[in-house]
Amino acid sequence: MTYKLGTLAVAGLMAASPVMADLVFPSLSYRTGPYAAGGIPFADGYADYFTMLNERDGGIGGVMTSVPECETAYNTEKGVECYESLKDSGGLVYQPLSTGITYQLIPKTTADGIPMHTMGYGRTSAANGEVFSHTFNYPANYWNGASGAINYLLAENGGDLNGKKISLVYHNSAYGKEPIRTLQELSKKHGFEFTEVPVDHPGQEQKSQWLQIRRDKPDYVIMYGWGVMNQVAVQEAANIRFPMENFIGIWWSGSENDVLAAGAAADGYKALTFHGVGSDFPVFDDIKTHVVDKGLAAGAGDQIGTVLYNRGLYAAMLAAEAAKTAQEIHGTPDITAAMMRDGMEALKITEEKMTELGLPNFGPTFDVSCSNHGGTGLVGVTQWDATAKEWTLISDFAPTDMDVIQPLIEEDSAAYAAENNIENNCG
Amino acid sequence: MPEQLAYTIEVFLNGLMAGVLYALVALGFVLIYKASGIFNYAQGVMALFAAMTLVGIQNGQVPFAHLINAIFGTDVHKFGWTVHSFLAILLTVIVMIALAWAVQKFVFKHLVGQEPIILFMATIGLAYFLEGVADLMWGSELKALNVCAADGVCLPQGLNMWIDETTFNAFGYGFFIDNLDIVASIVAAILVIGLVMFAQYTKQGRAMRAVADDHQAALSVGVSLNFIWVLVWSLAGFVALVAGIMWGAKSGVQFSLSLIALKALPVLMLGGFTSIPGAIVGGLIIGVGEKLFEFLIGAPFLGGATENWFAYMLALLFLVFRPQGLFGEKIIERV
Repeated sequence: MTYKLGTLAVAGLMAASPVMADLVFPSLSYRTGPYAAGGIPFADGYADYFTMLNERDGGIGGVMTSVPECETAYNTEKGVECYESLKDSGGLVYQPLSTGITYQLIPKTTADGIPMHTMGYGRTSAANGEVFSHTFNYPANYWNGASGAINYLLAENGGDLNGKKISLVYHNSAYGKEPIRTLQELSKKHGFEFTEVPVDHPGQEQKSQWLQIRRDKPDYVIMYGWGVMNQVAVQEAANIRFPMENFIGIWWSGSENDVLAAGAAADGYKALTFHGVGSDFPVFDDIKTHVVDKGLAAGAGDQIGTVLYNRGLYAAMLAAEAAKTAQEIHGTPDITAAMMRDGMEALKITEEKMTELGLPNFGPTFDVSCSNHGGTGLVGVTQWDATAKEWTLISDFAPTDMDVIQPLIEEDSAAYAAENNIENNCG
Repeated sequence: MPEQLAYTIEVFLNGLMAGVLYALVALGFVLIYKASGIFNYAQGVMALFAAMTLVGIQNGQVPFAHLINAIFGTDVHKFGWTVHSFLAILLTVIVMIALAWAVQKFVFKHLVGQEPIILFMATIGLAYFLEGVADLMWGSELKALNVCAADGVCLPQGLNMWIDETTFNAFGYGFFIDNLDIVASIVAAILVIGLVMFAQYTKQGRAMRAVADDHQAALSVGVSLNFIWVLVWSLAGFVALVAGIMWGAKSGVQFSLSLIALKALPVLMLGGFTSIPGAIVGGLIIGVGEKLFEFLIGAPFLGGATENWFAYMLALLFLVFRPQGLFGEKIIERV
């Protein structure tokens, strides 16, 4: 009798408690189309991290997570459709994985009160939280990338780039044009000659551009490319015997995909990054034990440790940590998108936290605040070893030139605020 | 030689080489259009499919591995062997012939007599279907393509040293010509000569021309339309494989390879949809035209990246004066 009463009491208590729904982290992935080779490892890394949290920790704060995927094929219209179709799933944060989709979703997510994280892409001036209340682009943006490249070259040249020639080979799109203004300002500041070499989409044929580089003989080439443009550019650079160690790509031009096709010729090519490379981190042991070995990996499990897999995993980790922060702030494990936004705005990534998560020295430390949605903008440099077929981090995550970047962020965000009648969100 | 003149000649030569690569893609379109009146939207995807199949066979990859593993709970990805390039090419040709047969058997056989727009729409469907099959069969990851005759004897890439040194000694400026482009030019020349000889001197070739000329008349003298269409799609598949190898060697084999078709469209508009020499000459004109325009006007005055739109503009300009293209057949219809 006592047992029956006890059972009834537990059942009654369970019925009275609110039902814990999953914490939903939608993934706007692209596993098909011309950019699939880049989209698959990111989506796998993003999904696998949440699967690991579910299997190892029982989710976040005792609530299981789910990662519904929607295929965008890296197409802006499809991306917007994906957002609309997943909106009712209770998504806590969206990662659009495309600058084009980001631009379309900024007003929508703001109106819907759902945060969006555009890590290393999207609208750079969204770093200004006073204007962009629901868009975050920590830990680094395109302009940090441009400045990071120049800072690295300054260090290589004893702090003096005066008289040097630097060319920017870029995808002729809104994304590729992002660093131009920053590089123009940095060229004035440091006295280097700056030239622009645009490449039309998709970038399968770049003979004209590399003949121009052969004629101009720049000391360094910086690349803002994506997809096939990267592979062709690395091959063409090798063809004209441009020194690979003087060729630096942005982080979207710095994955295994971009260098493997060129084989040994790509040896020494460099790329910027805002996260660690390789799989020599304790978190990957947990991924293997709790995800791959249980047959729960999002893909074949063969992408672990690749640059884009790590980036997806890093994005998931930052989302999970923001969710934990939101749970702490609001005192409930069952958070909403609005609470998630608060968590993102109060996110603090310290080295102790990274070590605790099994990711020591994997990425820069940074704090997010109401006015600063972009973090500290620390950028590192990696280099490709064609023999070992691996990237190596060859610099620390170093500060970028915020004296140049911050005024540009303020100017661009002020223009957006004026166009859209936005008051200071942090005022 | 003045520096600017040397640069211009270098750009001109590289334009010719790029034109050959465009023509390689355009050839596949011409073959099918000439024989069946179908504008094959799937030609670019066929190049992708052929290149993926070649690399998959070379690397001993298990086709449909992900599907097999998902259904049967296995974990197979590779057979554990590699296949010599020449044998892999031969096996890929067989796959492309099988594809041609399947396309004819399951799609176009049922659409005989339909409007050209219906046939065109069918090729759009075929393109998406084939892209999906390629994904399921070989996976979406980027694959490096290396066609080798023997160990260390592979498709060459990079600066041709002999041309560089010779032109430097003669003009004081070493011209850049890519070794891969030279190989592509030789292969394209052999391919065109082979196709022309096949069409002129073989029974099947003559039957193919008869069908292209008037398929009803060809039918009435006993030519099998089915066989000829399978033959033509097989030839287009072979041309797609060659184009896939040449383009894939530059960029690796990945799904964007199908976009090379975009480079063939202005070539077809200019050279005509029904002429093999037209595809070659059209390719050369587009290649040289877009490269010279970029060098002389685009980069210095318009900010660069003019090649894509200039190629179409050049083609349109030709169309104003010759709507059927340079070598296309003039269409005369009685009213």
